[in-house]
Amino acid sequence: MITGALRQTGRLFALAAEVSRAVFRRPFQFREFIEQFWFIAGVTILPAALVSIPFGAVIALQVGSLTQQLGAQSFTGGASVLAVVQQASPLIVALLIAGAGGSAICADLGSRTIREELDAMEVMGVSPVQRLVVPRVLATMAVAVLLNGLVSVVGTLGGFFFNVILQGGTPGAYLSSFSALAQLSDLYISELKALVFGFIAGIVAAYRGLNPRGGPKGVGDAVNQSVVITFLLLFFVNMVMTAVYLQIVPPKGG
Amino acid sequence: MGIEVVVEGLTKSFGKQSIWRDVTLTLPAGEVSVMLGPSGTGKTVFLKSLIGLIKPEEGRVLINGVDMVNSPQGDIYETRKLFGLMFQDGALFGSMSLFDNIAFPLREHTRKKESEIRRIVMERIEIVGLLGAEGKLPGEISGGMRKRAGLARALVLDPQIVLCDEPDSGLDPVRTAYLSQLLIDLNAQIDATMLIVTHNLDIAATVPDNMGMLFRRELVTFGPREVLLTSEEPVVAQFLDGRREGPIGMSEEKDAATLAAEGSTAGGTGPRRIVPQLEPSPGLPPRLAVARRRDRVMGMLDRLPPAAQSAIRDTYAYSTQAPTLRMPAAGSGA
Repeated sequence: MITGALRQTGRLFALAAEVSRAVFRRPFQFREFIEQFWFIAGVTILPAALVSIPFGAVIALQVGSLTQQLGAQSFTGGASVLAVVQQASPLIVALLIAGAGGSAICADLGSRTIREELDAMEVMGVSPVQRLVVPRVLATMAVAVLLNGLVSVVGTLGGFFFNVILQGGTPGAYLSSFSALAQLSDLYISELKALVFGFIAGIVAAYRGLNPRGGPKGVGDAVNQSVVITFLLLFFVNMVMTAVYLQIVPPKGG
Repeated sequence: MGIEVVVEGLTKSFGKQSIWRDVTLTLPAGEVSVMLGPSGTGKTVFLKSLIGLIKPEEGRVLINGVDMVNSPQGDIYETRKLFGLMFQDGALFGSMSLFDNIAFPLREHTRKKESEIRRIVMERIEIVGLLGAEGKLPGEISGGMRKRAGLARALVLDPQIVLCDEPDSGLDPVRTAYLSQLLIDLNAQIDATMLIVTHNLDIAATVPDNMGMLFRRELVTFGPREVLLTSEEPVVAQFLDGRREGPIGMSEEKDAATLAAEGSTAGGTGPRRIVPQLEPSPGLPPRLAVARRRDRVMGMLDRLPPAAQSAIRDTYAYSTQAPTLRMPAAGSGA
């Protein structure tokens, strides 16, 4: 049982290493990359935008209510924006990339595996990792980074709107507290998180897709597992990255 | 001329289940070989081991000095370009048209111009008789057409070694006969080493130069076709006659008690007739493998069983050119 789990983990890391190496191997599958990028972007942009508005609003309302009780309304802007940019946005991106993009990648690779298409590719001397997995992983990473920007902006605007319109906050205080507490490195860590989450989502989806267990049912299970495993990994990695970031980057307001 | 494939002591198991042990054989360069075996004896696994898709625990598969089991991945990928593998159901890429499927290896491995690719692909499409269907998706054509498209794709890089996984499954007897002829014609045209894995007796009887059989986790025999066709080995005899009486049971093999119970009734139907081997279609060059095989078989004649010896002598007695046995051929008793 334990050795089984360890073996799976080891293979997952082996695939990650193989993909990292294959990224630099010519010829790069540019066309496949563009197609995948377009596909993943297409299935994630609208849901991401729609999710980020209420998410930003909830955080703004909650933070706003708390700061009001503490008598620190003027810091609502800084607090809610940091929460959105640093935490909410990468996680929303991660959930959508894993749920919409990753599941599609896993199902696609999985059904190709059981139809022996990938074997056929290997037999023809073409590495499926280089030909199919690398473009997909790079596409998820690129989409994650760009999507993170979009979600941050939409989430922040949503928060701003709800704070100013519904809670009667002042736009000036919102913005000035924002510039008092937030710094550029907050944005960097947010994008770095999105990049890492995109990589993890792509690798896990590809790994489960390349190793489905027997038949069409196995592909369904693989898709399910890939989404669940990605979620677990992402939240854990998010915690580690947040902890490390808070340790090594001095807070601006301190 | 094709490349010799040397298999040494190959052993494969999945978990505790042993598939086959210590398989040793040599596919002679440029000749057509058939691997027979009841369903579920690991024929497909054997084929995939030859090309390095499945890694046996022990043994080696040597092709041009590259061991397809243990060599570095890069060497294996390079060597695979010498192969053409026809999968059981074609294994075409579902999202590409037949044309793109067949052009795929060319686009991946060569820098040919699109017009050149088109010429080569259409030529292969014509060979397998799929003209007019090149724009269709694999999901839109019948199983037999998918198989032939898979064969066309396997042939597009002018392979030195062609492996066919059950080319007959899902085909009617007429199409199977056409396919048998196609394989022989192909051998005459490109002189590649060919291995066909099948349990179809018509293909086994008419196509190969050499035959082997897998049963009970072992290679029962491998050698010139006459050896297997005249063999008195119970497994081989049962299989070639398609009888129920013998060591092969419904679930792979029978237990000793069942076998003993039917022992008295298992009498053979007399010596089997050896059907002549197919010749290339008129207009095609003669198969170069025929002369090579004659020299090779005559050289090893003393080491073969007596029945096979006489069958081979019969084969070559009629004329030095004859690749085949004339009917009625002598059975083991002659």
